[in-house]
Amino acid sequence: MSNGVPSQEEIAARVKALESMLIENGVMTTSMVDRIVDIYENEVGPQLGAKVVAKAWSDPEYRARLLDDATEACKELGISGLQGEDMRVLEDTDSVHHAIVCTLCSCYPWPVLGLPPNWYKEPQYRSRIVREPRKVLAEDFGYDVPESTEIRIWDSSSEMRYWVLPQRPAGTDGWTEDQLAELVTRDSMIGVGPVKEVSAS
Amino acid sequence: MNGVFDLGGTDGLGPVVVVDDEPVFRAEWEKPMFTMFPACFRAGYFGVDSFRHGMEKMDPAVYLKAPYYEHWLYSIENHAIAAGAIDPAELDRRTEYYLANPDAPLPEHEQSEELIEFVNAVVPAGATAIRETDKVARFRAGDVVTVTDVSPFGHTRRARYVRGKTGTVVAHHGSFIYPDTAGNGLGEDPEHVYTVKFAAEELWGAGYADPNSSVYFDVWDPYIEFAPEGSTTEGAE
Repeated sequence: MSNGVPSQEEIAARVKALESMLIENGVMTTSMVDRIVDIYENEVGPQLGAKVVAKAWSDPEYRARLLDDATEACKELGISGLQGEDMRVLEDTDSVHHAIVCTLCSCYPWPVLGLPPNWYKEPQYRSRIVREPRKVLAEDFGYDVPESTEIRIWDSSSEMRYWVLPQRPAGTDGWTEDQLAELVTRDSMIGVGPVKEVSAS
Repeated sequence: MNGVFDLGGTDGLGPVVVVDDEPVFRAEWEKPMFTMFPACFRAGYFGVDSFRHGMEKMDPAVYLKAPYYEHWLYSIENHAIAAGAIDPAELDRRTEYYLANPDAPLPEHEQSEELIEFVNAVVPAGATAIRETDKVARFRAGDVVTVTDVSPFGHTRRARYVRGKTGTVVAHHGSFIYPDTAGNGLGEDPEHVYTVKFAAEELWGAGYADPNSSVYFDVWDPYIEFAPEGSTTEGAE
């Protein structure tokens, strides 16, 4: 390999070489790859977190259990697992807004949000969100948080996994959990974007 | 270690590059690359902490610029070599071969029901890092603490931007695998974990910090000491 950053072709060849040797070692198989890909492309994603949020918005007792022990409350909905073994939910209010980051690598609550978007894993977000959070939210994500609202950034330095319970938008009285879940975006559970706008009906 | 991966508070890296409708895997090679993490974890080549430390030892220029899963490749191949599972000369030879013949097939092999069952079991169950310990938790919510200002050479989760800083314990989570031992091949040696709240002004100084913000950072018991008498922190809960 050349010095510096390898090309896509160089990385692909290196990965295939390593894969061929791990296959011969009996450590992995092509059907294992297919199964993993199917899980993280089709089964485990932010639609699961959205379901939890919608239930918390609809059911005050569930919301209390979620804030008390997010891991157990998610299990009630059959949601659990790898990289979310120990989760805690951060509840946004009129006066406090939360966002999550992993400045040291890319820790993210996979069971509720799936695999992280690339910007979350890249240096720009990781370096700046702890230092100038309001500016990053406004300038990089177009998400204005008023100066009167405290911003709390949670840096996932341990195996605890944090994610955000956004506020339920006005104008959704009487909505079903399925309707509410449609409003919940991945970015709103990271804390870098709003939930979807409620269209006036 | 004081590596470039420890990015919190670094300036000058540019705006966040947000891509709409990005696929989960952006290239075919990312799929087997991702799978190697649970596969090699199962094979015992590394634990999560030593896997992270493997990425931290990359060439810093490559770390900052390469596609994300190149970090995983670097760590996993080095751990597989260290475990004696992969011969580095053979890996180089095959890399040259696949570079010249990118469409050449992988070795013929039997599929394994056991590996599929492992995936189906581990994804929903996970692998918790919680471990029991006889050690007594020295701190509790409300305590004002200071992060010790030390710079270990090996793996640690003491980000530079919190070292020497004073904050308030807001939660005690129980005891977990200790990265400073586990990440350096020295065993799990569990320690209590806490979340500490730091006011932005404590981290960045008045005039530079957003006055109405704070950072919550998780520390293991040995990372912190009681702050000197009379220390206070802003915005304690």
